[in-house]
Amino acid sequence: MALFRIRFSAGLQYRAAAIAGISTQFAWGFMEILAFMAFYRSNPAAFPMEFSHLVSYIWVQQAFLALIMPWGVGGKVVETIVNGNISYELARPMSLYNRWFFETIADRVSRFILRCAPILIVALVVPEPFRMTLPPSLPQLGMFAAAILLTLCVVTAFCILDYISVFYTMSRFSGTIFVITADFFAGGYIPLPFFPEPLRKVVELSPFGAMQNLPLRIYSGDIAGMHAVRGIALQIFWLAVMVIIGKMLMKYSLKRVVAQGG
Amino acid sequence: MIRLSNINKTFRVAKRKSGFGNAVKALFSREYEKIRALQDVSFTINDGEMVGYIGPNGAGKSTTIKIMCGILTPDSGECDINGSNPWKQRLRHVRDIGVVFGQRSQLWWDVPVIDSFDLIRDIYKIDENLYRRNLDEMIALLDLSEILKTPTRSLSLGQRMRCEIAASLLHSPKILFLDEPTIGLDAVSKIAVRGFIKKINAEHKTTVILTTHDMQDIEALTERILLIGKGRILLDGSLTELLKRSSANKILVVDYNGNVPSLNEHMSLVEQKDGQISVTFDPVELSVSNAIAHISAQVEVLDVSVSGISAEQMVAALYEEYRI
Amino acid sequence: MVRLYLKYFAINIKSQMQYKTAFFLHLFGRIMLSFATVAGVWFMFLRFNRVEGFTLNQVLLCTAVTMMSYSITEVFARGFDIFPRLLGNGEFDRYLVRPRGVIYQVIATHMEFGRLGVFIQAVIVFCYAIPNSGIVWSPDKILTLFLMIICGAAVFSGLYIIFASFSFFTVEGLEFMNILTHGGKEFGRYPYAIYGEGILKFLTFIIPLALFQYYPLLYLIERESSPLYILTPLLSMFFLVPCYVFWKIGLRHYKSTGS
Repeated sequence: MALFRIRFSAGLQYRAAAIAGISTQFAWGFMEILAFMAFYRSNPAAFPMEFSHLVSYIWVQQAFLALIMPWGVGGKVVETIVNGNISYELARPMSLYNRWFFETIADRVSRFILRCAPILIVALVVPEPFRMTLPPSLPQLGMFAAAILLTLCVVTAFCILDYISVFYTMSRFSGTIFVITADFFAGGYIPLPFFPEPLRKVVELSPFGAMQNLPLRIYSGDIAGMHAVRGIALQIFWLAVMVIIGKMLMKYSLKRVVAQGG
Repeated sequence: MIRLSNINKTFRVAKRKSGFGNAVKALFSREYEKIRALQDVSFTINDGEMVGYIGPNGAGKSTTIKIMCGILTPDSGECDINGSNPWKQRLRHVRDIGVVFGQRSQLWWDVPVIDSFDLIRDIYKIDENLYRRNLDEMIALLDLSEILKTPTRSLSLGQRMRCEIAASLLHSPKILFLDEPTIGLDAVSKIAVRGFIKKINAEHKTTVILTTHDMQDIEALTERILLIGKGRILLDGSLTELLKRSSANKILVVDYNGNVPSLNEHMSLVEQKDGQISVTFDPVELSVSNAIAHISAQVEVLDVSVSGISAEQMVAALYEEYRI
Repeated sequence: MVRLYLKYFAINIKSQMQYKTAFFLHLFGRIMLSFATVAGVWFMFLRFNRVEGFTLNQVLLCTAVTMMSYSITEVFARGFDIFPRLLGNGEFDRYLVRPRGVIYQVIATHMEFGRLGVFIQAVIVFCYAIPNSGIVWSPDKILTLFLMIICGAAVFSGLYIIFASFSFFTVEGLEFMNILTHGGKEFGRYPYAIYGEGILKFLTFIIPLALFQYYPLLYLIERESSPLYILTPLLSMFFLVPCYVFWKIGLRHYKSTGS
């Protein structure tokens, strides 16, 4: 918790940066919606989700970006591995995996808190058709909350796999390929309903489908009822798998580091 | 020749207050505070002089150096360096100067030092013969032959500083600015760097302006010192003169056999341990020979040393005197 | 000056080749990154066939031009992108005490070849789109395409210079420039006209991204036949004038405050 507070106040110091960041993200979301609107105009029948669902998808994506993006925020972590300071970290009593996990989550949450509310507020008051809608029902909102929390955990577990790859390449670019893959198949570029049909079905079952795809679509009601419950169950499954793999790989890699004398 | 007259420089610094409310306010409007970094700074330095520029942190040393290098423009005042104005005739001016910032590198981190040197040759369009001659001289004087092929990142701090200084001299500048050149160096490197600077000054008549916190640099290198405090030049004079003036009191250390000697009314005790006594006195009231005679009359003297106060102590006294 | 630039070029290559693994991982990562963008465009067209009357192959020309222009800027004007760092670590002061142009030194000292990944991806897309676009590649069309890429790089460089000039005044809140630089590249995957009248006007008269991308594209695909459209990219070069003026103002501010 103390760890949490330090990270949080560190984030607060960059207020001007936050304002700039918020307006950038807002402009970004706006441009994305305009692009989709152009496609909608050229063929409304081919549009795979309701347009208002798409608008909500994009605003929620922007507002929750810090929680759901698979991009690592652990520049510091990578640095400790590359410069060898990792050996000091090993001397601490806390498990390194848990430490990284909670540090990364704290980082993400502190960024998120600064940026989320302003984006959501503006998105709720801009004129139609850019206005974000509220979730269709209270239970739906609850499922959204659960899904977004799980997404946060899933992407964090994923990021740690990315950190571990640094042990082997000693370069901060090592995991880029996986991160881009994850971002793309999680619906970071275009939402999954816009994918070609057979591919979409496969991706929805993959760990990437358990990332931002799910909460962003649950929010607007694009995924509802049993589909949503099944999605959340899948998230829990993939989270468990990734944490187990991550812990095992970590143990193995650390042995290597220790064997090399740090 | 360097001539600065009535240089003034004021900085506006944003006030930062603590507390969340103030932080939010600061997003929209900031209050500024004026800091007078330099006030009527004037001095003249002749060709071939070595000058130590000293003063506590924040006194205005780097501001002055930056103005003389053409990095900063002053609010008012004149500056003429070998016939150019540093901030108006940048390109002409910088050909004649070499600059070493002690804590910053101008060498490429990942390639051998010699590659950085070659690039500098092309940047300054140094004539090939001159370049060869200068490079050979640096290699000999700074003992670089072993390290020229090493990437900068693998050099020790001392080795790197030697290379930095060499890099700043390849184009035969008439003036060399050294901003804390010995910071962080070990004793051996410090001595090497000082010896080199001295030689360059003697052989090429390069004007050297040196800022440092290490008074041994000053003692070893410069005859003239400029003391700056709170943006004003407080003192401009010869180091020996100053030492003479402020070292009114001498320190006498005597090793002896026998009982503890008594002191006369002009002496005061600094330290007494078995077999050694240190006393201090004003040579105007009591001559050195009389002081020694006074003690040797009481005990068998084994060894004697007399010293003035060190430059370090003197500067500390000066800071005290000027309250800076 | 050219000879010295080549020297800088060589020393940049030599530096970056010290870390070969990092270099190739970076390069490959960049290729993937832009590939994801291209794949996004492709998926959209599998579903929609056309947007505002443009076909996939026509749009891909746009995508490739924008990516290539941006990548040239990213590799060769990188110094402006990392400019706050140059100010912070004193490297910029070093440029000021050397007898060469300051902009020249900013550009020459920092090239980042790992960022050629986007360029490579653009080449791949061109290889597909040029033969499949149905355009007859007469000399005037080739000239147009060439001007699009070169002038695009100039406009993006201008945006980088604006970013750098801002950092003379403050380093906080510079992220908003992202929407123009990085955003300009990402949204340039489609012809800028699809974002509507207002955005197009903005990108024509204020930040002239559309001048090197949308208008000459109309000539390439023969929606417009006036040869004036060949020259619209050249018009975008005027953007560099205000950029340069702003840079000068920033530099003067820096020299009077030192921060």
